[in-house]
Amino acid sequence: MSTRVLTKNFDVENYADIGIYLRYGGYQALKKALKAMQPAEIQDEVRRSQLVGLGGAGFSTGTKWGFIPKGTDLPIYVVVNADEGEPGTFKDRYLMAKAPHQLIEGIIITAYAVGAHLAYIYIRGEYANEIRILEKALAEAREHGFSGKNILDSGFDLDLYVHPGAGAYVCGEETGLIESLEGKKGWPRIKPPYFPAAIGLLGCPTIVNNVETLSHVPHIIERGAEWFVGLSKSGMNGGTRLYGVSGKVEQPGLYELPAGTPLREIIYDHAGGVRGGKKLKAVVPGGLSAPMLTADEIDVTADFPSMMAAGTMAGSGGVIVMDEDTCMVDVLRVVTRFYHHESCGQCTPCREGTGWMARMVERLWRGEGVPGDLETLLDVARNMLGNSIGVMAKFAPHFWQPVLDATPCESSTICLLADAAAMPVVSCVVKFRDEFEQHIRDGKCGLVHGSE
Amino acid sequence: MSVEFSPEAKAEFDDLISRYPQRRAALLPVLHLAQREFGFISPEVEDYIAGLIQLSPTKVREVVSFYTLFRTKPRGKHLIRFCQNISCHLLGSEDLLAYLRHRLALKGDGHDQTTSDGLVTVEAVECLGACELAPVMQVDDEYVGPLTEALIDETLGWLRGVEGPASACNETLGSQHDERLEDGQTR
Repeated sequence: MSTRVLTKNFDVENYADIGIYLRYGGYQALKKALKAMQPAEIQDEVRRSQLVGLGGAGFSTGTKWGFIPKGTDLPIYVVVNADEGEPGTFKDRYLMAKAPHQLIEGIIITAYAVGAHLAYIYIRGEYANEIRILEKALAEAREHGFSGKNILDSGFDLDLYVHPGAGAYVCGEETGLIESLEGKKGWPRIKPPYFPAAIGLLGCPTIVNNVETLSHVPHIIERGAEWFVGLSKSGMNGGTRLYGVSGKVEQPGLYELPAGTPLREIIYDHAGGVRGGKKLKAVVPGGLSAPMLTADEIDVTADFPSMMAAGTMAGSGGVIVMDEDTCMVDVLRVVTRFYHHESCGQCTPCREGTGWMARMVERLWRGEGVPGDLETLLDVARNMLGNSIGVMAKFAPHFWQPVLDATPCESSTICLLADAAAMPVVSCVVKFRDEFEQHIRDGKCGLVHGSE
Repeated sequence: MSVEFSPEAKAEFDDLISRYPQRRAALLPVLHLAQREFGFISPEVEDYIAGLIQLSPTKVREVVSFYTLFRTKPRGKHLIRFCQNISCHLLGSEDLLAYLRHRLALKGDGHDQTTSDGLVTVEAVECLGACELAPVMQVDDEYVGPLTEALIDETLGWLRGVEGPASACNETLGSQHDERLEDGQTR
């Protein structure tokens, strides 16, 4: 049974060309939206479809669109988050390379639905090929009258541009992205008051949506909310999802599956299981920021609410697999180094905490850990969880309530990078504590193939 | 040394500026353009761009220094970004990066080094967004992976063997890339 929607035509030669896209029914949804639907109807359809933010937040897309203040006389902007920087995630790259017009059609419908006349695709600068593909596709769309003035004689105008980022993980956070789009360093903004729907790009109401999220929109408009809900195996999230599987699996790659496909099925039935027939040790289920699961914890469906209940996050859909030979201290060394590198430096708990964690784990990994290090490490991490620990403890008390109880204060930071850095640390140290203690005790890794 | 866009680059600059309600918003795309034109963002280039955008040079400096893709010193003819994040690390990227550095006779473990003949600059970077190709590196604009020592040797062979502009080299590497993409990784 094929459930492919977004990737259905990935194998069609030159599907990135507008002629081929049109031959396969492209831009029909846009025609339907502009000619037969009111903006409010589109918002309602998308809300009922249970489409959620697939960059990692999992928040209802239709509801998010509804946050644009009614009757505002400011210009409204749509910004596409194509900054895809969450380690383990590569789905948006495929969507832009293989089906750029699907995304563009989704953006135009979205802009019509929220009343925007200017939209930007903020794409990470490393995606040089995808930038070229999108530039070409945008020119084609303009030539065909799908963007620009009076689109398809509807009276609706939209200008749409590609905006390359320049290498900063924090710009994937929507207010950091907006700052960056304004020509500044990507320091996230404090919310409230800077909720983008109210005060976004250049102080105007702005909708920021992920590439995968918007690529779904034409299909929802064409085939309806009920069809979209029916694609899913989850009661809460509609449609399909792109799961990107990487690490120690036989067949790393991108798999489009019903939202709420069991994690075990994704790893074993689709990605071919653990490489070389080894035993599974750990899984990061939704991009690097998602708390780690042990091999015993993967019987969970990969939708947002189920993952929350399991104490982790569906996040970006990036599934990273680790086998029995993986040294978890070594893994955490790489994880903490990354967040230290990417902390923007604006908030003290994050700027200092990520550095502390990276240096401590590096020392543990070198075999220079001392008793008490793990408590200090966990203490630093707990002090960085102020934004999310309450929510995590509410949804997954079995794991996070003791963490919350041990947290001295709920200090918080402007964005979630601190939380994203701390959650992998807490989950890894608590769940694989023996390995960390062994490193401290023996001064080296106990695994045959582990780190030095 | 006076810094100035070529007429073609100036036209591109004007087009970029026209895309935004505010000049400053064009800063990142304009800095990319400047880097293509001048090779890297020197203090002189910063001043020039600041003048064009009508922004103080310190605001330009602040942006240049915040983002990793903007270079403040020259680089080799080819740029290799070598991913060291988790999926690549699990599959041996650390050893492969050491191998690449060894083959290019780069000393130490600096994160941004250029060969003495100016052919290649190697940067160790965080996730490149191509984890299905792990361990992966990006050679100029093309992804090359999953890496082995043999594939690194082969890639360096291309870089050394290809005369003329980098684009010709990209074509060769592109075939490798496309082959992987068409492997039917989507189900």
